[in-house]
Amino acid sequence: MAGLDLHDIHKHFGSVIAAQNVNLHIPHGRFVCFLGPSGCGKTTLLRLIAGLERPTRGRIFLEDKDITDQPAHQRNFGMVFQSLALFPHLTVGENIAYSLKVRKKTAADCRFRVNELLDLVRMPGYAERQISQLSGGQRQRVAIARALAIEPRLFLLDEPLSALDAKLREDMQLELRMLQQRLGVTTILVTHDQREAMTMSDLIVVMGTDNQVHQMGTPLEIYRHPADTFVADFIGTSNLLRGVYRGGRQVAVSGKTLNVDVIPAGIVSGSEVTISVRPEDILVQAGAQAGENTLQGTVTFVRDVGSSIEIYLDCSGIQIISQSTPQGRPAVRQGDAAAAVLSPAACVVLTT
Amino acid sequence: MIGDKPKGLRAHLPILYPAVMLLVFFVIPFGIMLMVSFFQREPGGFYTTDFSIDNYANLFTELFGRVLAFSIFISAFCALICVAVGFPFTYFITRMPRKAQVVWLVILVSVLSLSAVIVAFAWSIMLSQTAGVSNFFVWLGLMDKPVSWSPGFWALTCGMCYIAFPYTVLVLYPPLSRLDPHLPEAAQTLGASPVTTFFTVVVGSLRSAIVATLIMVFAFTLGTYLIPQILGRPQHWTLSVLITDEAIYRSNLPFAAAMSVFFMVVSLALVGLTMLAGKGRGPAQR
Repeated sequence: MAGLDLHDIHKHFGSVIAAQNVNLHIPHGRFVCFLGPSGCGKTTLLRLIAGLERPTRGRIFLEDKDITDQPAHQRNFGMVFQSLALFPHLTVGENIAYSLKVRKKTAADCRFRVNELLDLVRMPGYAERQISQLSGGQRQRVAIARALAIEPRLFLLDEPLSALDAKLREDMQLELRMLQQRLGVTTILVTHDQREAMTMSDLIVVMGTDNQVHQMGTPLEIYRHPADTFVADFIGTSNLLRGVYRGGRQVAVSGKTLNVDVIPAGIVSGSEVTISVRPEDILVQAGAQAGENTLQGTVTFVRDVGSSIEIYLDCSGIQIISQSTPQGRPAVRQGDAAAAVLSPAACVVLTT
Repeated sequence: MIGDKPKGLRAHLPILYPAVMLLVFFVIPFGIMLMVSFFQREPGGFYTTDFSIDNYANLFTELFGRVLAFSIFISAFCALICVAVGFPFTYFITRMPRKAQVVWLVILVSVLSLSAVIVAFAWSIMLSQTAGVSNFFVWLGLMDKPVSWSPGFWALTCGMCYIAFPYTVLVLYPPLSRLDPHLPEAAQTLGASPVTTFFTVVVGSLRSAIVATLIMVFAFTLGTYLIPQILGRPQHWTLSVLITDEAIYRSNLPFAAAMSVFFMVVSLALVGLTMLAGKGRGPAQR
């Protein structure tokens, strides 16, 4: 299979486990995000791929070739570091040309490529500038241009946008995504920002605090069909209802039976499950309602931020959050009796 | 208050302190030396107040020129050796875990507690024919018979570098430990081998620190007085030896003062030139 394969990767630092049981296939030409909370081992995984660390166990393959023991400087990857790691003693042009100089390219070739790359990151004419004269966003672009100078086989980014302010970060996200689509280079970005991951990637790899990969899929797959409670909770907000599987398509949640559309394979009647429902999939109706998949409760809080309205319900001890658009605003206020309707299609049953 | 000029004596007190220290311990002694360098020597006595440039005119002898050139050469040579050996040494220390770094630095600092006399005699024994390392080489079969390496040029170089080396490491340690560890890693992902990385990125980005250390070691070893006499032959005696000789054994203080002033001016000029050369490249040094 063309692309990057991680085979049973484990990485320990002394007694600390940084990554375990990682098996991944990253298809050629895709934009992949490693997403997870801090300390989940996503940066370690990226450094293993870059060759800056050796795995304690497992192999790494690129285009079916084992690269596990290849040192970093022979891999022809481009990497952008969180600190950017621009060389302070070199000019912008010399920074970008560094990888070309190391490969003994002629001065004319270097100059041509530097100008080409500066055009690509929309900083023409900056070759003679010193790094200290650049703004944060410009340094970002130079670091990206430097990593792309040799047309890398893999483009690796370690939270490069985290130091930028919110507005600039969103601009850079779009720009980086469009750049990657134009160049078609296989890209891996490490981030803890799920919005960033959803914006940019073809595929998201969700890692947990247990240093394992929990799920890999397209952004929408991961949002709509989280593999477990960790993913459901980490990606966006989710209502997690603990219950017991009753057989058929029914799950009992605190004395109430909910119908669901999809039941995970291999589940036995009587086992404990969690139902995950996204807030925007919950319909709130005013007053006392009875019916299928309806939980009766009281409104505890209404958060109206204009573009969306969140309603917090207390349904006999279960906290439920619903989100609706201004058009679909239910006519309820704090303290009112209301009902939450959970459609069977929106209820995702999780076993772990 | 911000932007207001400090008023009164109280506001100037913090600046006054270093100013007084400089005046008492540096400006006044140097002034006395400068004054004495223009006085006349009184044979059999001390000196008489005068203003003559005879002392300076008498400097231009072959002996003085040769000793001055050698003093500057041996200090520069030792500075180069110390930085060439000390820079990689310090770099590897800064890459160690914190605990190991402390152990290495403590060992280095403990070397500083040895006086120059002990160091010089230790080296002279170690390089001697009777008990020196050449006996060890003979035992290993590397040499035919033990030889004496002390006194001599290389014995002097060893002794001076040994004294200056801990200072070199201590001066290089802060800038090297502040070096972003991602810089060498970035160079490696860009295709530079570890050796290329070391020279283009680690040495390159610390150019100003290296120049500053060269100057520090140079100035530090210029004043060596004891080591050349123990580990060097008479032709290896530095200007400090000559000055001491003149001042104490010939009690020609005015001439010794003139030599000192001239020596200082020449070394200051050299330090200035080195700093200019170090600034050669771009504002990255700021």
